[in-house]
Amino acid sequence: MPINLDLKGLRVAVTGGTRGLGLALVRLLAGRGARVAFVARTARAVEQIAGETGAFGIVGDIGRKEDIHPIAVQVTGNLSGLDVLINNASALGPIPLALLADTECEELEQALMVNLLGPFRLTKALFGALVASAREGCGAVVINISSDAAVNAYSSWGAYGSSKAALRHLTAIWAEEAKTEGVSFLSLDPGDMDTPLHALAVPGADPTMLRRPEDAAAEIVGSLIAALPSEPARPAAVHP
Amino acid sequence: MIAAKRPEQRLAKLLMIDAKGEVRHFLRHTLAALFSPGDLLIANDAATLPASLQGIHCPSGEPIEIRLAAWVSIHDPTRFTAIAFGTGDHRTRTEDRIAPPPVASGDRLALGTLVAIVERRLYHPRLFRLRFLGNRATILTGLARHGRPVQYAHIPEPLALGDVWTRIAAHPIAFEPPSAGFVLDWRALAVWRQRGVGFATLTHAAGLSSTGDPGLDQRLPFDEPYRIPECTAAAIKLAKSRGGRIIAVGTTVVRALESAVNADGSVRAGHGVASERIVGETPLRIVDMVLTGVHQPGESHFELLRAFATDVVLNEISVAVGEHGYRPHEFGDSMLIERRPRVGCDHPQAAEFTSLWPSRTNSTLEQWE
Repeated sequence: MPINLDLKGLRVAVTGGTRGLGLALVRLLAGRGARVAFVARTARAVEQIAGETGAFGIVGDIGRKEDIHPIAVQVTGNLSGLDVLINNASALGPIPLALLADTECEELEQALMVNLLGPFRLTKALFGALVASAREGCGAVVINISSDAAVNAYSSWGAYGSSKAALRHLTAIWAEEAKTEGVSFLSLDPGDMDTPLHALAVPGADPTMLRRPEDAAAEIVGSLIAALPSEPARPAAVHP
Repeated sequence: MIAAKRPEQRLAKLLMIDAKGEVRHFLRHTLAALFSPGDLLIANDAATLPASLQGIHCPSGEPIEIRLAAWVSIHDPTRFTAIAFGTGDHRTRTEDRIAPPPVASGDRLALGTLVAIVERRLYHPRLFRLRFLGNRATILTGLARHGRPVQYAHIPEPLALGDVWTRIAAHPIAFEPPSAGFVLDWRALAVWRQRGVGFATLTHAAGLSSTGDPGLDQRLPFDEPYRIPECTAAAIKLAKSRGGRIIAVGTTVVRALESAVNADGSVRAGHGVASERIVGETPLRIVDMVLTGVHQPGESHFELLRAFATDVVLNEISVAVGEHGYRPHEFGDSMLIERRPRVGCDHPQAAEFTSLWPSRTNSTLEQWE
């Protein structure tokens, strides 16, 4: 899907921005003129992608409560606000995938921390900035990356599927509640992609049968553009 | 958020004083039921920086705590006015802290991953201007990793960054929380919207509220940059034209709005710097009420309240605060003060107390006494 629209000045944060879909989103958004901040756990990868794309790289773990506000202060400080948050970072739970009866509680906890609590906490920390953007006519969108495993009961996908199902419902409720504040919430399923996460889940998969993350990223950006006001009042950088 | 999580916060109190000086007591959670259609609340959406940095004063090798206190310019993210403290932590009252090593121009400070150079000492041995090496991104990263929010002796457990962000926190430019905003939650905002009570924001870089030195404290607040969005200036104009009241959530909002007033009584949108202190003689041209914490005589915040109420009324407030056990400080109880009528009465409604809050007879508010 070609993206023709100029995203110049749009302030976007992407979690899990150094691999797979997140990396494709960072590259696409930065390439279209958006001001992008991305989050990932590994300092070296963050540095490399920041250098390649010109986006602001933030080292942090969405699954750690203590990291959330330090991440948020770097997002809004570097971008002078925020228009779009893409909660993309995801954890599978047990690797290799396991039946629920074989899944350790800690593995389910880890999936919930990264796939549910992390997006909840980060969205909450950044909600004031998103509403401020909406109030000033720039629009505000939160995109939570979902999965067909959030809807269908696939054997061995219990930790991942249940955490993504909870995220999907959280997104739907937040969409209702945030409507009056002018913040849109979208739950988007990018499909099965040729990504490191998919390779961990299904090691033997034929990559030619999987979607390119770049194609999924283009589709997501298309949905994002559709959710933004057609003539946003993008402010110039206003804060240090 | 500690402010909302603490059990006593659910029982936080609100002292209200109308233009006639009549004092009433409420539980603070009834705030959403206050105000009339057409009124406009304005809050400060600044998020708080982790402005306290522990490190080493390189020339002496001694430990030092630096608290960033103010921006030199909002457009320069590397330079700050800062205050130094010696060893010790927040459990010691600021005024009882050990003095820091003597600081001179050119001194290097190692603050976690950040390095700062003392550019020059200001008018006090502990107050100076410093410059961080690096750019905005490296400074933000260093602050996020190594800095902590300014702590308070009256709160023994360490405050994390999330504890000092209000629900509406958006732009990280404040050095201490705009604490009046702790009373706001999204439910209250939704109720006000349903009732036709307006809500808007500005961003004001609240500076350090206390330095531990009485002489320095007298100079507070420092100059504070702010930004007023176009939509906020427009909302004020609309509210004023319809006879609505402007309610400032916090003293920083009063300072920003009264600093940005034009000769014709409108408010300038955009960037500005609040450099004037608001005192008893300051005419209030925009703000009709202030919602604030419980302040004591002598504090700079209390001085600002003298623009709203006479000393007689403020004295009554102090007595009521003491008698009824109102808690001062950043995470304490609240006061809502309506300003006394303007001289010459430029605002017809201001001369007579009407129905800023629902009438006593049909009030659904929960009065606690």
